[in-house]
Amino acid sequence: MSEPISALNHARFDGIADIAEIGLQGMITLRGDLAARAVKSAATKATGAAMPGANAISTKDDSGLCWMSPDELLVLCPYAAVPEVLAQLQTALAGSHALAVNVSDARAVFRVSGPAAREVLAKLCPVDLSPAEFEPGTIRRTRLAQVPAAFWMVDNETFQLVCFRSVAQYVFDLLCVAAQPNSEVGVF
Amino acid sequence: MSKRLPTHGRLIDRSKRIGFTFNGKSLAGHPGDTLASALLANDQMMVGRSFKYHRPRGVVASGPEEPNALVNMGQGREFEPNQRATTTELFDGLISRSQNHWPSLEFDIGGINKHLSRFLPAGFYYKMFMYPRAFWKHVYEPFIRQSAGLGQAPRDRDADTYEHFNTFTDVLVIGGGVAGLQAAKAAAQGGARVLLMEQTAHWGGRAPVDGGTVDGAPVERYIDQTLTELKAMDNVTLRLRCMGAGVYDHGYVLGYERLGDHLPGAEGPRHRLWRVRAKQIITTTGAIERPLSFAGNDVPGVMLASAMRDYVVNHGVAAGQRIVIATNNDDAYLTAICLKEAGLDVLRILDARDSGGGPLMNAARALGIRIDCGRAIAKVGGGRRVKKVQICAQDGLGGALEEIACDAVAMSGGWSPVVHLWSHCGGKLTWDADQAHFRPDPDRPPTGADGAGFVRAAGAANGYMSLEDVLADATKTGISAAKAAGFKPKRGTTPKAEPTLQAPLEPVWLMPRDAHAGLRSKSWLDFQNDVKVSDVQLAAREGFESVEHTKRYTTLGMATDQGKLSNINGLAILSDALGQPIPATGTTTFRPPYTPISMGAIAGEARGEVFQPVRRTPMHDWNAANGADWEPVGQWRRPYAYVRSGETVHDAVMREVTNTRSNLGLLDASTLGKIIVKGPDAGKFLDMLYTNMMSTLKPGRCRYGLMCSENGFLIDDGVVARIDDDTFLCHTTTGGAEHIHAHMEEWLQTEWWDWQVYVANVTEQYAQIAVVGPNARQVLEKLGGMDVSRESLPFMAWADGRIGGFDCRVYRISFSGELSFEIAVPASQGLAFWTALHEAGQEFGVMPYGTECLHILRAEKGFIMIGDETDGTVIPQDLGLNWAISKKKDDYLGKRAQARSHMTDPTRWKLVGLQTEDGSVLPDGAYAIAAGRNANGQRNTQGRVTSTYHSPTLGRGIAMGLVLNGPDRMGETLEFPGTDGTLYKARIVDPVFYDKDGEKQNV
Repeated sequence: MSEPISALNHARFDGIADIAEIGLQGMITLRGDLAARAVKSAATKATGAAMPGANAISTKDDSGLCWMSPDELLVLCPYAAVPEVLAQLQTALAGSHALAVNVSDARAVFRVSGPAAREVLAKLCPVDLSPAEFEPGTIRRTRLAQVPAAFWMVDNETFQLVCFRSVAQYVFDLLCVAAQPNSEVGVF
Repeated sequence: MSKRLPTHGRLIDRSKRIGFTFNGKSLAGHPGDTLASALLANDQMMVGRSFKYHRPRGVVASGPEEPNALVNMGQGREFEPNQRATTTELFDGLISRSQNHWPSLEFDIGGINKHLSRFLPAGFYYKMFMYPRAFWKHVYEPFIRQSAGLGQAPRDRDADTYEHFNTFTDVLVIGGGVAGLQAAKAAAQGGARVLLMEQTAHWGGRAPVDGGTVDGAPVERYIDQTLTELKAMDNVTLRLRCMGAGVYDHGYVLGYERLGDHLPGAEGPRHRLWRVRAKQIITTTGAIERPLSFAGNDVPGVMLASAMRDYVVNHGVAAGQRIVIATNNDDAYLTAICLKEAGLDVLRILDARDSGGGPLMNAARALGIRIDCGRAIAKVGGGRRVKKVQICAQDGLGGALEEIACDAVAMSGGWSPVVHLWSHCGGKLTWDADQAHFRPDPDRPPTGADGAGFVRAAGAANGYMSLEDVLADATKTGISAAKAAGFKPKRGTTPKAEPTLQAPLEPVWLMPRDAHAGLRSKSWLDFQNDVKVSDVQLAAREGFESVEHTKRYTTLGMATDQGKLSNINGLAILSDALGQPIPATGTTTFRPPYTPISMGAIAGEARGEVFQPVRRTPMHDWNAANGADWEPVGQWRRPYAYVRSGETVHDAVMREVTNTRSNLGLLDASTLGKIIVKGPDAGKFLDMLYTNMMSTLKPGRCRYGLMCSENGFLIDDGVVARIDDDTFLCHTTTGGAEHIHAHMEEWLQTEWWDWQVYVANVTEQYAQIAVVGPNARQVLEKLGGMDVSRESLPFMAWADGRIGGFDCRVYRISFSGELSFEIAVPASQGLAFWTALHEAGQEFGVMPYGTECLHILRAEKGFIMIGDETDGTVIPQDLGLNWAISKKKDDYLGKRAQARSHMTDPTRWKLVGLQTEDGSVLPDGAYAIAAGRNANGQRNTQGRVTSTYHSPTLGRGIAMGLVLNGPDRMGETLEFPGTDGTLYKARIVDPVFYDKDGEKQNV
């Protein structure tokens, strides 16, 4: 294998927030009945993270579980660990009706950080990003301008944002426009 | 003349002078001026011309209601037409030009229209341009187009940037006057998150001009204190220069923030469109003064009384030196007193009321101003500016009693609450006969999903006109909004304003009451669109009873100001003409935006590079660097061909076809949809989705399948690979991936929710490369790592493995008729694998090929293409694909529809090949003609071309088409008239032009 390359190969922009494509992130789509013991146990054992509630993300070290819908989780792990985690999930779920599939290469991941990071995303997404409503631990699947995206907060000033790989350039350009100098809104 | 006063001007900074130009003339103003106040300070009383008659027009108002003072602003990439001078903050270097005149503002050819006004009555367009019919296209339409619109359209790209901002709040307060400040404070003290928007650059609204005392101190003090309190509250957001533009369903509001209009050249966005979701909305949008309808009320120098007061107090600008005031209410006396105190001559107050006004009248009289009660303006004399006024009795026909020379006229016809935002989403109005205006009916607010109102009006916008009432209403409304948003506010305290005593207003819709025809045809209602009292009366005589019809017939209120000054006066005139009370006539519909907002703000960030998402494959940059001539496919960009230097696109396509057939071609097929379908019921599910049987497919094998809609029409096709007993991978077309994924989810979630199937769209997980041509196997064997022999990997099989060190899945499928491997690798390895194939393929004559080559290769083989052979009306049976429709299955989506009589009709056009007699290429989409003509006199048709190409392999044109009884008419010649005048002749042939037995792909 040659060295895997993420969509934008760590592109960066500094505006009212810092925008960075952060390379490849291991991601597994896990579909199943999230209330089923087998699914919960497989997901939590594979990541060490607790089972998240609706619209929530829970993390443990480099791994995590994102609630995507009542029957879908996004499993986060280091990119290199995907084959191992996937195999672990598939073994654990062998007797259950579930689907686990690697989507790490189908995505691009960005980090939006700085005091105005909330505002940059609020320019593009119809989401209440006020600190009272959106805090570390919350995840939203939403619309970022004209494409689907999901994001969560790593800390109070840092978002991690996931989109499809094919629109990585569009999303990067969008974030740069939204973070253009002297465009602070001053609301949050 | 209008000029700057030595005193007054609370908003301007006299210590600084700034320069600007109007029609090329250099003028000066102060920071804090609006363009309108600065023009008036320079005695520029005439600022434009009206739309229809090109009459001289002056500033009439001081806010967003201004109909006349519209200018072209800026130049080049900053150019923008129809900017209201009254809401444009003056900045150094501002460039403005007046509109709707030629060749100059002072001498305007179009002004001749005013002498033709007898021939340009209401409904002129509808009457004039009907006949003769032939004139429409060549005479009338070009004329109308040339005269349409006031400002010029910009020619250059906009230099500025714009953005949106999504925000959520408990209570949104629109309007930052005293009512807005007080309501915001009351709601915020109740615990609600509050967003307060004010369209101007200043808080307090009209109160600092109109005066008054609150809790014993001047109202300015109250404003400052309240602002200080609001700023100190964490749950309050304050925005100046941010207009509430529109109220929509479920508490959605658009706010229009002007960040850069007063700071040209500053970094950052120029406008920001706020997309607000509010639980409760309070409109504290104030009220607008109405003009009076008298002859010559449109002459520059005639101004709203409140505006004249505004210019004195706010900007230290006098609209005239010798002023006559006409009124039907007490408010105009404030103007009289203000002007007098500023040292101007108030020559006369004509109070239409026989008994005159209250204490304010006495105050004015005490200043020595002469007041005539029961009097009216018969006519204003003057062309480009006011010269004189003829005075008459209000109760009469307009016989002049007296004439006085003057240079400005202030008029006040009473105040109308700004009910626009209340009304946008369905709030109803009630007629207040005492104040002669429509005000919000609190019992009929716009309602949300729960059936409860979500908009409340407060203050003057709610019909309360005294400071005392405004503050009380605002407090009450702020508290009730917080309550409705789920908070439990305490009873608030209302600051006490000193009561003001005013005599009642007397409605005056025409001045004088029985003005004769000559005066009525000079009494303007709509200043911008030139609609006069006589026009509305004519419309009523011609049978226009609905206010909505009259509006459109006369164009009343249809100008860029949307009738903020004219609507109430117009519908009062209409009511009178129809002999019915005003509420029976009602108002026209209030629609957003409140005032025009920029197209840039609506577009937001979506321009330039990010106008639309462009989807890129992992090989995109390589493709771009290697001559890709792009073709948009859905949102993807795919190379149509890889053009080398010295080649035309057509040359490149021909080269790619020939090379792929004889050597080795590589196609970036990453865009193909790939959907995983897994579960115990996956086979059953796919049997329902595809027309053919998928559940019998063996793991390790592939099968081509067709998908139809419920109505039987072919919607997608592709190869399905069975991964294991429970898992399938479905390939879709490039454009179909998302909607086929959605189609699957919809059936699983709504109809077959008890089937155990999960789907996942993994389209972008893989870079997929078609390795095609006689040398395809050789290049893979050279890279090595996997047995790709015919025996191990036969046609329509797939296998996982490693090639050249890349983990991959290889599908032995062919859309070209050649030996072909479609190889999927992880997207992050795509470019590396693509490059490796190119390097290894050098000795085998490798070339990349694009979508047009792909099309020709498939057409030579008679393979159909979704979107070419199908257009949403074609069923698989039309395309001779019966072999792909299972006869064994009880059901599949579309089966029942395909049994309908029209679907089984033997005269449905069917797929055939078409071969021109002379080898030329048939025009795409051309129709085969049949004998005779249809009911519309058109030639009858019997078929059409669906795909057509020049085949370099065969050295001639090849085509496919749908033809009446086509498969039964092999060898017949059809005629296809081209749009170039040529009659193309083509023979019906088998659609498979090349390698009919499939020997080349099965090696």
